[in-house]
Amino acid sequence: MTYQTLLGYLPAIMPELVLGGGIMLVLLYGVFRGERSLISTALLTLLVLCVAAYYVVLGASDARVLAFGGSVVIDPFASFLKLLILGASAVAMIMALEFLKHEKLNRFEYPVLIGLSALGMLIMVSANDLMVLYVGLEMQSLALYVLAAFSRDNTRSTEAGLKYFVLGALSSGMLLYGISLIYGMSGTLNFDVLKGVIETQGMSIGLVIGMVFLAAGLAFKISAAPFHMWTPDVYEGAPTPVTAFFAAAPKVAAMGLFLRVLFGPFEAAVAQWQQIIIVLSVASMTLGAFAAIGQSNIKRLMAYSSIGHVGFALLGFVAGGEAGVKGVLIYLAIYVAMTLGAFICILAMRREGRQVEEIADLSGLSTTQPGLALALLVLMFSMIGIPPFAGFWAKFYVFLPVVEQGLYWLAVVGFLASVVSAVYYLKILRVIYFDDPAPRFTEPSYPGNGVLLAMSVLFITFFIFWPAPLLNAAGVAASSLVK
Amino acid sequence: MLMALAFYLFAAVLTVAAVMVIAARNPVHSVLFLILAFFNAAGLFVLLGAEFLAMTLVIVYVGAVAVLFLFVVMMLDIDFTELREGFLNYAPIGGLIGGVLLIELVLFLGGMMVAPASSAPRASPVREGVSNTQALGEVIYTQYIFVFQAAGMILLIAMIGAIVLTLRERTGVRRQNVAAQVGRTRAQAVENVDIKPGAGI
Amino acid sequence: MLYELIVFLPLAGALIAGLFGRALGEHGAEITATLLLCIAAVLSAFAFYDVAILGNAKTVVIANFITSGDMVVDWSLRIDTLTAVMLVVVNGVSSLVHIYSIGYMHEDEARPRFFAYLSLFTFAMLMLVTSDNFVQMFFGWEGVGLASYLLIGFWFKKPSANAAAMKAFIVNRVGDFGFALGIFGVFFLFGSLEFKTVFDAAQAKSGAVFTFAGFELNALTTICLLLFMGACGKSAQFLLHTWLPDAMEGPTPVSALIHAATMVTAGVFLVCRCSPMFEYAPDALAVVTIVGATTAFFAATVGLFQNDIKRVIAYSTCSQLGYMFFAAGVSAYEAAMFHLFTHAFFKALLFLGAGSVIHALHHEQDMRQMGAIWRKVPLTWGLMLIGTLALTGFPGLSGYFSKDAIIESAYAAQSQVGTYAFVLSVAAAAMTSFYSWRLAFMTFHGPRRGDPHVLDEAHESPWVMVGPLVLLAIGAVAAGVVFAEYFIGHHRADFWRGAIFVSDAHKALLDEIHEVPKWVKYAPLVAMVIGLGFAYYFYIVNPALSARMAARQGPLYQFLYNKWYFDELYDAIFVRPAKWLGRLFWKGGDGWLIDGFGPNGIAARVLDTTAQAVRLQSGYVYWYAFVMLIGVTVAISYLLTVSPGAP
Repeated sequence: MTYQTLLGYLPAIMPELVLGGGIMLVLLYGVFRGERSLISTALLTLLVLCVAAYYVVLGASDARVLAFGGSVVIDPFASFLKLLILGASAVAMIMALEFLKHEKLNRFEYPVLIGLSALGMLIMVSANDLMVLYVGLEMQSLALYVLAAFSRDNTRSTEAGLKYFVLGALSSGMLLYGISLIYGMSGTLNFDVLKGVIETQGMSIGLVIGMVFLAAGLAFKISAAPFHMWTPDVYEGAPTPVTAFFAAAPKVAAMGLFLRVLFGPFEAAVAQWQQIIIVLSVASMTLGAFAAIGQSNIKRLMAYSSIGHVGFALLGFVAGGEAGVKGVLIYLAIYVAMTLGAFICILAMRREGRQVEEIADLSGLSTTQPGLALALLVLMFSMIGIPPFAGFWAKFYVFLPVVEQGLYWLAVVGFLASVVSAVYYLKILRVIYFDDPAPRFTEPSYPGNGVLLAMSVLFITFFIFWPAPLLNAAGVAASSLVK
Repeated sequence: MLMALAFYLFAAVLTVAAVMVIAARNPVHSVLFLILAFFNAAGLFVLLGAEFLAMTLVIVYVGAVAVLFLFVVMMLDIDFTELREGFLNYAPIGGLIGGVLLIELVLFLGGMMVAPASSAPRASPVREGVSNTQALGEVIYTQYIFVFQAAGMILLIAMIGAIVLTLRERTGVRRQNVAAQVGRTRAQAVENVDIKPGAGI
Repeated sequence: MLYELIVFLPLAGALIAGLFGRALGEHGAEITATLLLCIAAVLSAFAFYDVAILGNAKTVVIANFITSGDMVVDWSLRIDTLTAVMLVVVNGVSSLVHIYSIGYMHEDEARPRFFAYLSLFTFAMLMLVTSDNFVQMFFGWEGVGLASYLLIGFWFKKPSANAAAMKAFIVNRVGDFGFALGIFGVFFLFGSLEFKTVFDAAQAKSGAVFTFAGFELNALTTICLLLFMGACGKSAQFLLHTWLPDAMEGPTPVSALIHAATMVTAGVFLVCRCSPMFEYAPDALAVVTIVGATTAFFAATVGLFQNDIKRVIAYSTCSQLGYMFFAAGVSAYEAAMFHLFTHAFFKALLFLGAGSVIHALHHEQDMRQMGAIWRKVPLTWGLMLIGTLALTGFPGLSGYFSKDAIIESAYAAQSQVGTYAFVLSVAAAAMTSFYSWRLAFMTFHGPRRGDPHVLDEAHESPWVMVGPLVLLAIGAVAAGVVFAEYFIGHHRADFWRGAIFVSDAHKALLDEIHEVPKWVKYAPLVAMVIGLGFAYYFYIVNPALSARMAARQGPLYQFLYNKWYFDELYDAIFVRPAKWLGRLFWKGGDGWLIDGFGPNGIAARVLDTTAQAVRLQSGYVYWYAFVMLIGVTVAISYLLTVSPGAP
């Protein structure tokens, strides 16, 4: 492998290069500027993320480009997810600024860690090799562990970080065990080669066990039941903007990786993994729906909500085929928009210099802050899946392939879970619209969150009129993964 | 023959040591067993002809990580027996699940084929005339450059994380200012004061 | 434009009084509503002249109402003589009642609501009479039902008023069920709901049959009977009459307008409107005759011994409606409409006069607490006497023309049912005379029976109340003389101009009534005199005797006083089983089954599941890790053993 060959690979990984290099420069800048440089580092990180996104767009084509001996792949599927990840990361970073300032957490490492985590996610979705997969996963996870404990003087935050770290390590162990079994049974780490091996030799027992462990590790990252146990505790304990970030970008990356592994090398083993995914999906949907009803903390509720949403996204996964993958991608994009919007609202729940997190704190919001109440109304309706909001179409595009596959019982289960989940979303709205008003929340000092919330709500509301860009992009991405 | 004997010795001791890591009552003993396990793993690497890995394992894990563990464990004031109290309550169900998993692995792994591609490198780990270190370098910086660099980023994150979570700037603590020390002149440092006898300063 | 105004001015009045009553003030609201109705009434008189006298019948289409598949229903006004008569009756009486109410209700604070309801009722009634299809008619039909419900329960703080309102509504529901089925049947048979289309096709379809549960039923007869069932409900005919006496709980002007002059005659109007269909369903006509005659007799007997002044008049109304029905039943539709027309005047006069008496006696309605007040309220007394004379058929007054024509046509029909009707109606006429005079004597003459203090303080009503009475009295006196020739005389063909259809077999009936034997002609008159004589003897000459009879409570007296025990009978047959069934559904079906296993049950199970799911989240890391391991183990075990693809 010559020097020229390696140089030739660089254009393909420009987004990663830009992001990695840029973040390191931002880190240097932050170190020299010192403690009080959160805003400028955040803006610089935003710039880096934007440039990276620019290179993603620049490098996007229908072609499937391989780099580094086939261990990295750039295809529309990866590009779609990368844009989603970069966007979600940028939003999650910007919306945190207000919170960090008030909570005396305004340290420049926050944007840097977000950026590094995003880098790990980019590597994840471009992975075409079990080793790259693992490295990318660890990179994003490590940054997330640190972010979870970012409010280091807060016991709940450190507890969240530690729990996430310990359980994450366990899941990584499972993942590695699975990888080692797969390598041992197939003699390769490369997805394309592995695919050939499985197609010619079939699934040996070792491969099945390896695949289950691999899937378990990935299911942990998307917090699908029963690998979700960390989610409520970590979501509740971590600083709110970190929770928002957890709920958005890493889910996209891990789901993308999950799709790539199972629809790539393990495509021939669909009979086996489909049943695992069905169980994950049903368990996540029902658990997310039922457990959330009992919550009084809104962050914890959002944790169960995200578990439920992952269950719905997995429906498309179960259905398989181009339509199914497309459904998952659409679901992810809309889910990210909804969940970030919801977290912006949660971040606005600040009273007397303190962040409040109970659902009861929202009572009577419709009279004190009607705009915020309306935004939450739209978001909750969308999360339930009430037309014409985007959340309905998200569910529509995952249920449709399920029904077309003839998995009626699964669609019925999903529908029932959706009905049950409506209970807790409506509970929030009941508190907002029908309870006696509580004091107003403190007005934010930056306008950014309001703008982002407006964008989220507008997207959700008007998606129905202009769905083509997302649908087409998701369609192209899905067709590049599933031939 | 000798090789096989050595393998079984190392493997047996490694397994027993690993079990003892979690079984030992005294946490210091656990760490010591961990060190023993590392040594035996290093021995296995040597048997495979991977001297570099063996030495790295000893230097990095035994020399640094395990010793650090030891310090930490000794510094923490934790009653480990208390932490283990509920252990037996969950032992039956935990044992059941673990047992089921073990039986499955043993039964099904026992009768399966390891792919030839993954056993091929075992015969000749490195090319003739090339040292272990050089061989590693040849692939790390070419074929696996991407993963290698990514691993570097992971270490960077780990470093940032450690700093973020632990570094504190304490106010009211005197810190050394080298430039000020070096730049100080005699005039700034020394002052002559006339003191009358018996009056004090 | 004229007809739109006639129909929509009352609606405007209702909306203004109802929605802006608070802004206008009580007085403003009542004046506005009354004024708009008076305008409508004057316009109605023009319309009557234009249509009935000059013969300019027309149909005004306002808008498309419903289009669904083959069913096209327009919202349009069918203006023919039948409608014009009703327009005059409805708007005339309604405007007078509005004016009267200004005086009668002046102590009530909810007057805007009252006037809004009154005007709303008028609008609905106009919708009913102007409709040119069954759906619009049904709309008006239900609209008057609603307004009647609201007005009976106007004093909603009185439990008895609420109960009466519900009773009226529910009993009407029974009839409306038949009406609705009849409409479905019409659409099924004719494929249209427009009167013109249906009536034109009625003869052709007279032989058609419905097959239902193995029976072959004559389609037209079935439909007519179903429609008649609706008419029975609205017009309080025998078996569905029980709501009308109770409806007297409403304010007296309401009783005069709705439960005497207009709404209760809707059934008669329906039968006359549908005369082209009934004419080809002779069996249905026979049923109409029997039910009508029975009602006329039955209600008259019950009226004999009632003590509530309004209830007496209510039973009288019921009885008179029976006359109208059997008149229609023997194909003397014109006579039925004529009696409807005259009855509106004298019955409204009687009701409003009774209201004036009640007003004078501080809301005393029991006739046993009245007596000898005719000097105190001379105007009311005189007007009431006119009304009584008209009702009993005193020669020359309006009732004489219409009622005698009906009785004679029953005889002239020369059929068994006609004879049945004739006999009962003559008997009823005697009883009518008796209870009418009994009412007059007990109220105005004889000994002073009530609280002397109240009786001494009796005072004449203000002119705003007496004025409408005078106008109605003029109508009660003159309507017969003036219009008899048009309605039932030789000019009737020019007058009705096909608005009422009479088959050739029955066409000459109203001419034949002049040929009946002399004794038939005098029978009603004699009956009236007999009734008057008895009443005079019992309540003027020998009042003690009547009091003794009432005190003795003989079985016949009991039977009549308790209205043939219909309320008790219905209570046992329908109300109590219905309540039992309702309780069963409520406690068993809803409480136990639906709530236990339906929404509440599911909700409770959801919460149980939630509690379980939340309990999973213990907070211990080892437990979380353990769950993950269980997941992996189960997955592997499944894939290696159970799964279809297992090795």
